[in-house]
Amino acid sequence: MKRKINQVKQLLSGPYLLWCIAFTIIPLLMIFYYGLTDENNAFTWSNIAKIATPENLKALGLALLLSLISTAVCLLLAYPLAMILTNMSVGRGSFIVLIFILPMWMNFLLRTLAWQNLLEKNGVINTVLNFLHLPQMELINTPFAIILGMVYNFLPFMVLPIYNVLSKIDRDVIFASRDLGASSVQTFLRIILPLSTPGIISGIIMVFVPALTTFVISDLLGGSKILLIGNVIEQEFKQGSNWHVGSGLSLVLMIFIIASMLLIMKYDKDGEGTAF
Amino acid sequence: MANKLIDIVDVSKSFGNNLVLDEFNLYIRENEFLTLLGPSGCGKTTLLRILGGFETPDTGKVVFDGQDITDLAPNKRQLNTVFQKYALFTHMTIAENIAFGLKIKGKSKSYIQDKIRYALKLVNLEGFGDRTPDSLSGGQQQRIAIARAIVNEPKVLLLDEPLGALDLKLRQDMQYELIRLKNELGITFVYVTHDQEEALTMSDTIVVMNQGYIQQIGTPEDIYNEPQNAFVADFIGDSNIFSATMIEDRLVNILGVHFPCVDEGFGKNQPVDAVIRPEDIDLVKPGEGLLDGVVTHLIFKGVHYEMEVTANGFEWLVHSTDMFPVGTNVGIRVDPFDIQIMAKPESEDEEAVPIEA
Repeated sequence: MKRKINQVKQLLSGPYLLWCIAFTIIPLLMIFYYGLTDENNAFTWSNIAKIATPENLKALGLALLLSLISTAVCLLLAYPLAMILTNMSVGRGSFIVLIFILPMWMNFLLRTLAWQNLLEKNGVINTVLNFLHLPQMELINTPFAIILGMVYNFLPFMVLPIYNVLSKIDRDVIFASRDLGASSVQTFLRIILPLSTPGIISGIIMVFVPALTTFVISDLLGGSKILLIGNVIEQEFKQGSNWHVGSGLSLVLMIFIIASMLLIMKYDKDGEGTAF
Repeated sequence: MANKLIDIVDVSKSFGNNLVLDEFNLYIRENEFLTLLGPSGCGKTTLLRILGGFETPDTGKVVFDGQDITDLAPNKRQLNTVFQKYALFTHMTIAENIAFGLKIKGKSKSYIQDKIRYALKLVNLEGFGDRTPDSLSGGQQQRIAIARAIVNEPKVLLLDEPLGALDLKLRQDMQYELIRLKNELGITFVYVTHDQEEALTMSDTIVVMNQGYIQQIGTPEDIYNEPQNAFVADFIGDSNIFSATMIEDRLVNILGVHFPCVDEGFGKNQPVDAVIRPEDIDLVKPGEGLLDGVVTHLIFKGVHYEMEVTANGFEWLVHSTDMFPVGTNVGIRVDPFDIQIMAKPESEDEEAVPIEA
């Protein structure tokens, strides 16, 4: 009887298992296959070595730099906000969280296109500046525009995990720290910050990874002038129709993501990271 | 008696429209084990939080050792709190938890090491320093919370229902532990609980609270044997509470029966509340007591039998080591000094009895 129930339970995981095999494992294996072979299906490292060309290195470096800056900006904006939300009454707090995730209900492309409209040479911001007889600014197609787009799109992914851990910290633990003689600054540094590291790590990963790999934001807000590694890979697949090089570069990017995760986890020595 | 250490003067506190404390006055002596006892929502935890500095009273002041500390931040106060759910720092080891307050104060490494060892020994958890809070049982965590508080050598230890989350046996052990600690440390304990047994076992002084008012202050014996009103009698222990009439001094009419008692000065035909503890009722043969009744319920409780006797339309709760089966006709007898007579409250506010402790 019990065995039968267990078998039924196992069946329940079937759909997810199929999904996982069809859309994660097989594509991943295909990327590995294409990345490590040439047109004649012979094994080669040359696709991976393509990262070493100056243009590709520059694209990778720029992508790393911009996504690091965006992640840092998101963290600086998100942590204080999450703290304010935590200290609000439940009803008001969740209302603000709702306002915060409201933009996420709109299409990602639409939101980014809206920024394009705002930042364009003849866009909303420059029109207003013009109207006020102020000098126009070159906003679109700059690294600044890309960072703005990244922060705007990924900020909720930083706020929510931090808000989540902060709201789970027992108020009595904070009281206990104060009670034992710690000032509010000491309490923040010694109690609140360490207890919220799992949320910070989740947030960093959830912002850094999509920012590093994006090509849509850099496409729409960076024009064709600024190429990130994501754009290079996209071009290999679409314009160059060279799946082998595209896959090879994707593998390199994957190595960078895994390496950065390992690095972060090393600093989270308690192994409390909730992202995995 | 020892000096006043804490003086709570006219403290009021409300949350929204809910008045939790109403012009509350109380003083706490040095080296006293004082328990704030009452049902949930009576204001006892709020009062403790005002003492700890986590809440600010709307009006009134708190004087500590001659100094007004009403607006003083919690970290500047010479008292420490033991929280109900321990509130240990889960990202630190036990030793780091205990060292927290001392490190903040900038004590030397060797001093801190000595203190950790001393504190762990005091709470019988030697060798637990390198473990994490998660690996300890509830009772052990509570001991660590106590150790973490007392290494700072506070003048007063505030305890907020510290045994509430523990099981019965452990709770009883910890009661003795707390009494021992209190005697060894020689500091003041202010203890909050809704558990009357805890309060009776450990306290020097019990403050019974209800709806933000003090109902009675006294030693455990006073509170149990001479409750000042029906609320206290009902809250502390089991009791039979009657709406009665004083016929004259030393004679009270309970359920139409004249009972001799020892209380005087209530005036003739004055309505009063009368309390008789279940263990003070003697069951005798029918006709030999003051009134007769019939046993309607019988439960074996271990130490004694708990019976309900229906007599004159009232279900009398009786505790006795003698067993009377259901259906037995019995007589009820009560010694005069076992009847406690209390003035009836004229209104709910009247339950805030002015107290001279």
